[in-house]
Order: sequence, then C-alpha cells, then structure tokens
Amino acid sequence: MILAGGQGTRLGILTEDIAKPAVPFGGKYRIIDFTLSNCANSSIYTVGVLTQYKPRVLSAHLGIGRDWDMDRKQGGLFILSPYTASSKGEWYKGTAHAIQQNMDFIDKFSPKYVLVLSGDHVYSMDYNEMLDFHISKNADVTISCIKVPLSEASRFGTVITDNVLRIIDFEEKPLHPKSQLISMGIYLFNWKVLRNALVEDEKDKDSQHDFGKNVIPKLLSKETKMYAYEFEGYWRDVGTIHSLWETNLELTHPMPALNLYDPNWRFYTHSEEMPPAFFGKGSNVIKSLVSEGSRVWGEVESSVLFQGVKVGKGTVVRNSVVMTNTVIGENCLIENAIISENSIVKDGVQIGIGEEVENEEFPSIYNHGITVIGEGVTIPAKMKIGKNCSVANFLDVEKMGINLLKSGKNLKGERQN
Amino acid sequence: MKVLGLILAGDKGKALDKLTKKRASAAMPVGGKYRAIDFTLSNMVRSGVRKVGVITQYNPRSLMDHLGSGRDWDLDRKHGGLYILQPYADEEGMYWYRGTADAIFQNMTILKRGNEDYVLIGSGDHIYNFDFNALYDYHMISMADITVMTKSSKEYNTSLYGTIKTDEEGRILQIKEKSEKPAGDLINLGVYFMNKKLLMDLLYASVPNEKYDFLNDVVISNLKVLRVMSYKFTGYWKNIKKSVQEYKRINMDMLDSDISTELFYENGRIFTKLKDLAPPKVTPTGSVENSIVADGSIISGRVRNSVIFRNVQIKSGAMVEDSIVMEGSIIEEGAKIFNCILDKNVTIRSERTYKGYEEPLIFEKWQVV
Repeated sequence: MILAGGQGTRLGILTEDIAKPAVPFGGKYRIIDFTLSNCANSSIYTVGVLTQYKPRVLSAHLGIGRDWDMDRKQGGLFILSPYTASSKGEWYKGTAHAIQQNMDFIDKFSPKYVLVLSGDHVYSMDYNEMLDFHISKNADVTISCIKVPLSEASRFGTVITDNVLRIIDFEEKPLHPKSQLISMGIYLFNWKVLRNALVEDEKDKDSQHDFGKNVIPKLLSKETKMYAYEFEGYWRDVGTIHSLWETNLELTHPMPALNLYDPNWRFYTHSEEMPPAFFGKGSNVIKSLVSEGSRVWGEVESSVLFQGVKVGKGTVVRNSVVMTNTVIGENCLIENAIISENSIVKDGVQIGIGEEVENEEFPSIYNHGITVIGEGVTIPAKMKIGKNCSVANFLDVEKMGINLLKSGKNLKGERQN
Repeated sequence: MKVLGLILAGDKGKALDKLTKKRASAAMPVGGKYRAIDFTLSNMVRSGVRKVGVITQYNPRSLMDHLGSGRDWDLDRKHGGLYILQPYADEEGMYWYRGTADAIFQNMTILKRGNEDYVLIGSGDHIYNFDFNALYDYHMISMADITVMTKSSKEYNTSLYGTIKTDEEGRILQIKEKSEKPAGDLINLGVYFMNKKLLMDLLYASVPNEKYDFLNDVVISNLKVLRVMSYKFTGYWKNIKKSVQEYKRINMDMLDSDISTELFYENGRIFTKLKDLAPPKVTPTGSVENSIVADGSIISGRVRNSVIFRNVQIKSGAMVEDSIVMEGSIIEEGAKIFNCILDKNVTIRSERTYKGYEEPLIFEKWQVV
C-alpha cells in the first residue's frame, strides 16, 4: 500500500498543482517511480496507491500500471482514492485512516503481510530482505530504519532498539533525539495485527489517524513484537526544494550513490517516446544528464535536463534542473535553478544572478540561493531573475511586462480557476 | 476508410555486408535507438492503419524480437494488430517465397479475412516520416487503380533505383528497374496503395502463372490497362540497404537539424521498442559535440560527429569520431575510433586505434578487438 496523497508543502510551487509523488525527478522519472520500481523488482505485483491531493497527473502517470509490469490478470495496480459510501463520504484524515478506509480492498487478497510504503522518497530497496528479517524475528511489525546524523534526526520519527533490534521506544519528530536511527516510513505488518490496530484507531476520538504519531506508539505500548530493520542502501527524502535540487544534481557525479544504470535493478517510468539526445555543433556538455528528445546547442554543466528540453546557442546552464519540454532560448545564463515543465525562457534571460537575499515571504521554502520557475511559464527576453526567487505556475511574465525580479522576491499570479 | 498495411521485410540487403549477416535489412539499427522498420510501421499506425502484416523471410529473429506483440506501436489489439507472415510448410510442400507477389499471395488469408477496403504496401527498409492520409486523398481524387509513391530523382543515383515516367496528369507511363538509362525524372519509392479486391484479382492472375514479382508482374504489366498514378513525395526519404556508405550517411543525416526535425519532431513520433533505460550521462571527463546519444549510455570520453546507441559506454580518454556505435558496445580507456561502424556489443580494448578510410571499418556483433 503506497501512501501517495501528500502535498509536500515544502516544495512550494512545484507541488501547487501536483501531488509530491508526481514531482519529476532524475531526467525522466517521477518520485513515485522509485517505490513502484522497488515493488516490481521485489516481485510485489499487487499494489494499492492511495491518492488524495491533486491526483490528476499522478493517476495519468500510473495508468493501469503497465509501465511497472503491474497490468495483471491477478493482482495488479489499483488507485485507491477517497470515496463516498451510502452513509457518509470522507477524505483520508491521516495515513492510517487511508489504509483503514481500504481494509475491504486488502481483505480481498487475504494477505499474510502488508507493506505500507510512502511514495515520497527516492530510494533503491529490495523489500524481500526486509521480509526475510521480519520472518526470522517472528515479528508482528517491522519498521525499516536508516541512520542519519543526530542533528537531522529531529525531522523524522526516531527509533530506539535493544541489542536484538527490537524497538523499545519510538518518538515522532523529537526536539532532542536520543537515537540516530530514524523511520523511513516503510512498515511491514502482519495483516491481522495491522487490521486490529486500524479498527481500534478508528474508534479513538483523540487519534489523528497517523502511523507515526498514533498507530505505532499505541502498538508499542501494547508490547507488540516490533523490530527495526536497519537499511544501509540509498534513501533520500526529497521533501524540500534544496534536497530535490541536490538529489538531482548528485546523479551527475561520476559514481552516484543511486545507480540508475544497473541492469539488474531498473527503474521504470511512464515516459514519452522521444528520439535520442542531440548535441549540436558548438555544444559543450559536461557532468550532466541529458534525456531523450533534448537538443543542446549551448553549454550545460552539472545539470539534469529532462526529456524534450531545448538549450539554445550561447546559453549556459549550470547547477540546474530543467524539466520536460522546457525551451531555453539563445544567450541565456541559468544558474542554481529548477525550471519546471513546459516553460519558455526567451533569449538573453539571466536566472540566478546577483546577491543572495533571503526570500521575503517563504524563506523556509526558497533558500540556498535556488530559484524556482513554475510550469508553463513564459519568461520574456532579457529578463533578469535573482536568487531565492519563485515564479508561479502558468504565469506569462511577458504579458505582465515585468523585466526584473530581484533576489528573494516571488512572482505570484491570480489563480485562474 | 479501412486500410490493411503490408510491410515487405524479407530481404537480406546484401550491400550492407557484415551488418546483415545475421539480420534482415528491415531490422538494421539506425539513428541511435530505432530499427529501419520503425519508420514505415509508425507512419502506418499514425495514418490510421490498424492491422499490419509484416512479411519476413531472411533471418527474422532480430526483427521478431524487436516487434514482439506490436505493443510499442499500439498494435496489440483485440481488433486488427500485428501479424508476422513467414514462409511456412503445408501439405502441398514447403518453399520459400519466390518473389514479393508470391509472398503476399502465400498470405492470401490476411487479405480474405479482414474487412479492409484498401491495402497499403510499404517496405521495412525506408527511412521517412509521412502521413499516408495525403496519399489516400490523392488516390481518391485522381481516381487511381494503383497509386505509387515517387520522388524527384535529383539527389539520387538513378542506376540504383527504379525510375518512372509519367504524363502531365501524373499517370505512370513507364517504370524501369535499376538501369543506366532512367525512364523519367522520378524514382520509385516502393510504396503502393490500391483496392484490396483489385490486389487479390491481380495476384490470382499472376502468381499461379509463375509470375512472382510484385512490381513487374502486378504493376508494370498492367500499366496500360490500369490507371496507375504517381504520388510525388517531397520530404526526406532514404533506403537503408543500398550500400554501407549510404547506411552511414543516413545515420549522419540525423545530425542535421532540419532532417532530424522532419523525421522526429515535426510530423509525429516514430515509435520503437521501449527499453526503460536511464537518461544518457556525460561525466566530468566526457565531451560530446554534433552527435546523438541514446538512453543508458555513459560518455566519459570525447565524442564528435557520431551516433551513439543505447547502453554504450565510452570510457575516459577514449575518442569516437565520425562513427556509429550500436547498443551495448564499450570503448575502453584511451581507445580511438574514426569512421567505424560498431555492431552491437562490440568491445574496443583500451589504447587501440581503428580507422576506416574510404569505407567505414565494420566490427561485427560481440567482437572484442
């Protein structure tokens, strides 16, 4: 069961129109592809995807699961959206509530184990190893955990274990973490145990119906056999603009921790059919991913270009992520930027220039000097855009007659609904 | 209008030398990720053809592997779909196709069974991007019995192509097979459109009388009695199997912005077998200029004026110039290749240098040199 309903508020305009699992990543993928590919590579072919926030792009991406080999006669991929029943209809109130609402779906398959996953993370993991661990410990619940620096542990649920890895304490986002071991949001349950816990949680009026905050602590208090499976592979939470940008750029390193080229562990996606990448006369590309359908006549350094991106003559793109079908004109300078899908950057534009100034409205979202341009945006010729800026989705800046956006400023449009 | 597509893909393509030792010319890799047949197949599918028969004979293994169930061309259908038509043995004996007309005749069932009104015959060897709807319209308006696609012979060596003479209206008066003296200023592109019933009649009238060639015995021998019209195509069109030089030139043509725009961007997509590979990557020691690079490839060396297929590794210090490197090949550290064609899974060992002079140097599948 993949939880894919989250908004991911810290991704700013990137998740204004799509759910976080649908955010593009790594040249041709969307974040949820990693969880789905891990499932397919682990031979898990019965998968429910729980959607809620702006699911249109996500649902279109998933289709009937064919790209992950999940179009099956038995099992397969199911999109589970909130629904109305004869007595009442309601939104998913929390992660546990989302699963609780679909208990009848799970019952249909009468599984022994249920794996609860999040569609928000970029990682590469064989769930069979976790299942082997779960069985060998005769556990009721196993939480997949990873070690992070103590300074970062407070952003996550921390786990304290005894010397046989049985969990003795669990704290959700503690101020003073006692452990470096954090929960990756991957839970393996014996279905009977989970089912009972969900039924009980639903009756609890004080519960927020969240796995980390309610269900797990409650189970722990009842001395459920709960173990920590320590994962040592690649796992990234790409929940912020900075981490999304950084994790993308990591892929351009000579030996990145995430190997997209491993023939035995492929990542699958729903991608468009495009011709191979084209490097024109006079182009200069170094340390970058340039996806199919892209055409480069300029200079690209330490960047990730998605499918169908065009980079004109005399343009320099550095330390940037440029998403699908965005067209960058001639003689531009793009640095430390994320430019979303289907945008047009006209000739002579400069992005990411000038002094670094804190974002005036959302310093916790737009920081580290990264400027974010939304999808379907038109940036007029010769416009200058500073650092830590944002330009909202679908803005035609050319029509607005604006030619300068200073560092730390946001360009917002009136939403046309 | 319902149209049945037939693609002739049984030829070896002798002129391609070692490259077609183990594959039909229609299965020749081209343009970084495609096979020659992708172009005609995609053109047909995009022009509303829902049922396609691919007629094979010469070593079809790699072609069949490529086509699969037809899923990548949207041809895995409950109605219509993809049919592979191979020579077969039955009670009357076993024999290979004795010619193109015979090949279609042997598969008369596909003509008899369907509810299509028209048949579009193409070849698996042609590289072009075209919406056949323009051809259908021309066929109707000109009240043709058979329409043949043609092109001005200007850029072509006419001794290698069939040439055509028409009257002012576009009716074909004469077709000459590869000859020093061309019939007219048009070449035959080997694409034919006609009523299905008419095709069946013409086949029944020729093949049982030991006339097995489609062009000679079905088209040319009926020029006087039927209205055979020429539809003049003006875009990019090449035949993959004329020579190794020409094969290389077709690949290099795709480095030309105008040609690649016409073939791949402007007129609808060319579909091919999807492989789910990661985006191509240029590492800190790599550089690429005037080249195309397909998915899954990692470039750590220097690449100039070349076509790099999927899953190729060009290691640091290596140099690739003016070459075609097919899927899965590896150019090891410090190796240099100029004017070479590497078939699939070739390894060039480190520090080696290979250079083709007048003719490109060809390395066969799985060679380690």
